[in-house]
Parts: sequence; structure tokens; C-alpha cells
Amino acid sequence: MRVSEKHLNAASFEAVAMPLFDQLYNFAHWLTQDRSEAEDLVQETYAKALRGFSSFQTGTSFRAWMYRILRNTFLSSRTGLKTMVVLDDAATEEPLTDTVTPEALLIEKASREMMQQAIEELSLPFREIILLCDVEEMSYQEISVALAIPIGTVMSRLSRARKALRIALQAKITGGRHGV
Amino acid sequence: MACEQWRGNLDRYLDGELAPAEAAALSAHLRSCPQCSNEVLERVQIKRAVHTAGSRYTASAALRNRITQDITSESSGGSTRRWSWILIPAMAALLAAFFLSAYIDRERVAQQRVYSELADLHVATLASSTPVDVVSSDRHTVKPWFQGKIPFTFNLPELAGTEFVLIGGRVFYLEQTPGAHLIFQLRKHDISVFILPTRAEEIRNLPSGTGNASSFNTETWTQNGLRYFVVGDTNVDDLRALSKLLRNAG
Repeated sequence: MRVSEKHLNAASFEAVAMPLFDQLYNFAHWLTQDRSEAEDLVQETYAKALRGFSSFQTGTSFRAWMYRILRNTFLSSRTGLKTMVVLDDAATEEPLTDTVTPEALLIEKASREMMQQAIEELSLPFREIILLCDVEEMSYQEISVALAIPIGTVMSRLSRARKALRIALQAKITGGRHGV
Repeated sequence: MACEQWRGNLDRYLDGELAPAEAAALSAHLRSCPQCSNEVLERVQIKRAVHTAGSRYTASAALRNRITQDITSESSGGSTRRWSWILIPAMAALLAAFFLSAYIDRERVAQQRVYSELADLHVATLASSTPVDVVSSDRHTVKPWFQGKIPFTFNLPELAGTEFVLIGGRVFYLEQTPGAHLIFQLRKHDISVFILPTRAEEIRNLPSGTGNASSFNTETWTQNGLRYFVVGDTNVDDLRALSKLLRNAG
């Protein structure tokens, strides 16, 4: 979503920001795991974004900008500070133990609830990057802006997050005890 | 290139982040490597399952109203009663622009989702060990196979004298609607043709023409109440040539 410079006012903010409302709320709820906190987070995000709208850099992704505000707001909240594990990507290059069975049939057996639980149990950095890529369908460039990390880190973190998800999912399907 | 090196690119391939030339090279490898194809199939399934499971939470209408009111009060904060007769029509125009913009944006997101699902279906089908349920290059075999399986009929073109080869077909579902998925081949490139009724709003409102989804070229149009999607990694001219044959047959 691109915003032209001459339209940076409150009315045009509403026009470009409100279509993102449902997906921002979904993402906020995944982060906070609580309806009331998610509502506060989204409301605060909109208030901050409106105040800072004149500083929005036109020609860049408005959607990524909104997600970045939402995430920063969350990280500075009490829940966010408690939840977020700062990932040092260089220090965690060691791949996760790959115990994934290469059988696509296993995935077919996974129910929607099972997948939701597996996503829920991922650490926050893994959960958020998978949601941004596969649910919000953001490009790597947009994810890089939203999470404030380089594109190389987007790729490596996404790869590890997906591996963790597969292991978690497989553990649920087979009833095993693989940790994430 | 060894499989391990290809596998390092699979995520970027499925996320539509590979350059077209790299994506085409990887597609060619997938056609000849069952192990990598299986890996792609599994990753596509997980990606689709995450997409479905991740769209989980719905905001309340009250929250939406609250935020809209906050924005509106902010935008009208500097107004005075003296200017209200000028501002009312201006606000009405802005509101209309907002609804139009919001509508266009919703449409765009819905359209992107349709293309993304079709690109995933294309990849998942080609990666499958049994990509088609009816295997035949004879259109008089493939078309009757769909009878009773889908709620419409369609015509297939005569391919003699062209470089296109019909590989077969299968039933697929999009927006809870069953449709026909046909696989054609052109110089070892696989091309998917998806045909389904224009019942779902997201499908009916899609603009016709060529486009790009997850590194694949696409062509779409409506004909006789049916929506056609052609998806493949061949160049746009080849997709148009196949589309023209299908249009003339329909």
C-alpha cells in the first residue's frame, strides 16, 4: 500500500489504515494471546500511527510501517517485555535437530486446532515471522521493515521458525514429546 | 547442483522471492527429483495450513467504531462552526473516498489471496506423485471424465499442430467451489489451467488480463459464465497462446 505525499492527513490516514484493521487485530491477538490486551494494543497502534502519520515516508510500504508500530508498542508493553526473547541470529545458527518425517501425509492429518496450538507454542520471534509471511503474505522486504531486521535475518529466522513448526506439528500428530 | 543446495532455496521459491530465472531452474529440478518434489509438497501444505489456522481472531465492531471515532475526532479537531457548511460536503467527499479506497483495498487483498492459492495449488500438484487423476493427452477422454464431478462443462482446444500437450486433469476446490484443473505441457514447462464458475464474489470481480503470482505468470478471463486461470513459469507470450486456444474452443 503506497501513500502519496499530498494525502498525509487524518482523513486519508483513515482511508489507508482502516482496511488493515482486521489483520492488525488478528496479529495483535496472536502476540498478546488475550482479547482485551489485543484491543488496547490495536487502539494504541492507531493513535500512535495517526500522530506520526506526517512522518511516514511516502513511497514505502504503509502496511509494514503499521505493523512495525504495533510490534514496537507490544514490545514496550508489560506482556511484550515478559514474552519477547531477543534472538541473536548469529549465535543461533546451529540448526534445530531435524527429526521431521518427510511424509506429507502427516501434515494432512493435522487439524486446524492442532496447527493453531503448534503456532501458539512457538517462541514469539518464530511465531510473528511465520504469521507475517504465511498469513499476512508480506514480502521479505516488508517483513524486514516490520520487524526491523535485515533481509538475510528474515530468511534465516523464517527457515528456523518453519523447521520448529514442523517439529512441533509432528510431535502433536504422533503424540511424541519433541520440544520447540 | 546437489539437492541440498536446491533445498536451501525452497522457502524463497514458495514465498515468491526467487528471481524468475532461479525459479524456472528450480521448477525444472523439481520435475526430475521426487525427493525435492515431496519436500515442496509438504512445505506447501504447511504454508496453506498456517494461512488457514493463522486467520483466527476477529475484532469486535465496537473496537472498530472506537478507533474510527478517534480518527474522525482528530481530523475534525481544528474545525469551527463558521466553516462547517463548507466542511460537511468536504467530509462527505472524504468519507466517500475512504469507502471507495477501503473497498478497493479489500478487493485487492481478496484477489491476491485467490492468485496465491492458485500458485500454491499449481506447485503442490506438480510436486505430487500423482499430479492428475485422469491421465490422457486426448481431449475426448479428459473432458468426459469431469462429467458428474463438477457442476459445469467446458470445451478443450484441438492441440494438433501446436507445441502444447495435454497431460490430464483433476478436480480442485477454490472458495468452496469445485472446478477443473488441467495440466498442459510446453517444452517441458508445466502449465496449469483452472476453470470454475464465477459464483464466488472474489472470483467474479477479478479483472481479466495477465499478471504475476509467486513468480508465476498468470492469465485470466471470463467466458460463458466460467472463469479461466492459466498459471505457469513459461513466458507471457506462451501463456497468451494457450489462453487464445482455450478461448477459441470455449
